[in-house]
Amino acid sequence: MPDNTTLGEKLAQQGISRRSFLKFCATMASLMAMPPTMAAEMAEKLAKVRRQSVIWLSFQECTGCTESITRSHSPTIESLMFNAISLDYHHTLQAAAGTAAEAAREQAMKENEGKYLVVVDGSIPMKDGGIYSTIAGVSNHDMLVETAKGAAAIISVGTCASYGGIPKANPNPTGAVPVSAIIKDKPIINVPGCPPIGPVMTGVIAHFLTLGTIPDLDEFGRPKVFFGDTIHDRCYRRPFYDQGKFAKSFDDEGARNGWCLFEVGCKGPTTHNACATVKWNGGVSFPIESGHGCLGCSEPDFWDKGSFYKPLSTGEWGGGAVLGAAVAAGAVIGVGAALAARKRQDKTSGGK
Amino acid sequence: MTLLDFARGPALQWSLVVLVLGVAWRLLGILLLKRKPDYSEPRSHTSPAMGAVRTVFTRMWPRKEFQARTAYGSALGYVFHFGLAIVVFLFVPHILFIRDLTGLSWGGLPSGVIYATGVVTLIALIAALIRRFTHPVLRLLSNFDDYFSWIVTTAPVVSGLMAVAHLGARYETLLALHILSVELLFVWFPFGKLMHAILFAVSRGTTGALLTRKGAAT
Repeated sequence: MPDNTTLGEKLAQQGISRRSFLKFCATMASLMAMPPTMAAEMAEKLAKVRRQSVIWLSFQECTGCTESITRSHSPTIESLMFNAISLDYHHTLQAAAGTAAEAAREQAMKENEGKYLVVVDGSIPMKDGGIYSTIAGVSNHDMLVETAKGAAAIISVGTCASYGGIPKANPNPTGAVPVSAIIKDKPIINVPGCPPIGPVMTGVIAHFLTLGTIPDLDEFGRPKVFFGDTIHDRCYRRPFYDQGKFAKSFDDEGARNGWCLFEVGCKGPTTHNACATVKWNGGVSFPIESGHGCLGCSEPDFWDKGSFYKPLSTGEWGGGAVLGAAVAAGAVIGVGAALAARKRQDKTSGGK
Repeated sequence: MTLLDFARGPALQWSLVVLVLGVAWRLLGILLLKRKPDYSEPRSHTSPAMGAVRTVFTRMWPRKEFQARTAYGSALGYVFHFGLAIVVFLFVPHILFIRDLTGLSWGGLPSGVIYATGVVTLIALIAALIRRFTHPVLRLLSNFDDYFSWIVTTAPVVSGLMAVAHLGARYETLLALHILSVELLFVWFPFGKLMHAILFAVSRGTTGALLTRKGAAT
């Protein structure tokens, strides 16, 4: 049976005060770069919203995305809100298993036709008929196509669902593809990251619940409010980059002084994400703050962009052997050209 | 493959191959040319080799007789040559690129100094182009090689400044365009007038050696 309880009622049942709820809405509005007046409007709309049916499909993944959304803030209001949406199918979290679980998904699809949200984490293997990942004997591809048919929108959570992620990394043995390679007729919001930040995921869901629209997306389908800036631009170590102060290794004086990690491979300048502002573990820190460079995990094909520990300004130039061969070839051509010129010189001067 | 991946991968590899192949070709093609034997008595006690080395440096400064007429052009040349040297060799990301290629490394300057130098360099390059357009003799002497060499020299400066200022496009796109513009320079370098960065020493040295042997001032 569809749950007709509104989100406001549900939160009240769970003992969440209006003050806490407004605080959450103000935080969310701020995170999504909305004007402050939107917080009250968001609270009003969110409170009236019926519990949104969400079907969470986990495909070729590591469960890190689920870990991120469920563990990192528990038991904060974000996770309670996640309880307050109707998570009708999530094979890691739901109590039901086997045919009962599949029945729950089918029932949610039937009762919320055209209205439910599909959240996908994990890529979809296409090679050999998609046999590399199946659920209840159904390939990921077939389950995605079937479930997406009646969805209002799809949120691709994590880099695997957004861009193929690690399963798609060279040589991509399972023929992994992202959601957007299969579903073409539904709005898709990509929330990449390996894993993505918990509040970013809840923020995107809150945006959909309150405004009924998908947020402005960048060229890679990511919400601009969270992925508009690069890590480098918002990094607290940026002043050290500008001063030319760099850590040369992970245990030198520069590293101890908290200098810029560009030289040890930080991919912050080309990585769009909210890590430097929203941070992780309830705002405690983010990878660079913990002393490691950004891996660029929210960018497409980040796994195949060369070493994580090579500076961004170096390239994949093929090594000394290739250039050595080029010098040798150039030398042969140069000697040949000089010999030909000498012959012409001899001809002109009569050999003198 | 994104534009940045292309710029940092295959485009970089092929442009470097063309650069080193072309430089080896041009250099050996010139150095192995036959030289006319000089049967005359040397008119100086200074060795031609010393004269060659001296001329490489003495010709870096305009001769007193022409200083008034050439001061503006010389000043522009100095500013953009030094500016380019500072930007190319003292910006830390560039040093890291060179270290990756050659294993050689040295200290860099703060980014702000590099950005300011880049702006001054760009102004000097634009002034040099205007001078080339407006100077009647220089305009007559200029050909496609001069203008194209100016474009491939200026493009990395412009795209580099745009990248650091995030001006006009996403940073990754600007960075890719910056790298591609440098790769265009690599490809053009051996075959156009930019090769003077290496050949200036060869041509000045040859002139210096010949004039020294003849006892002339170099």
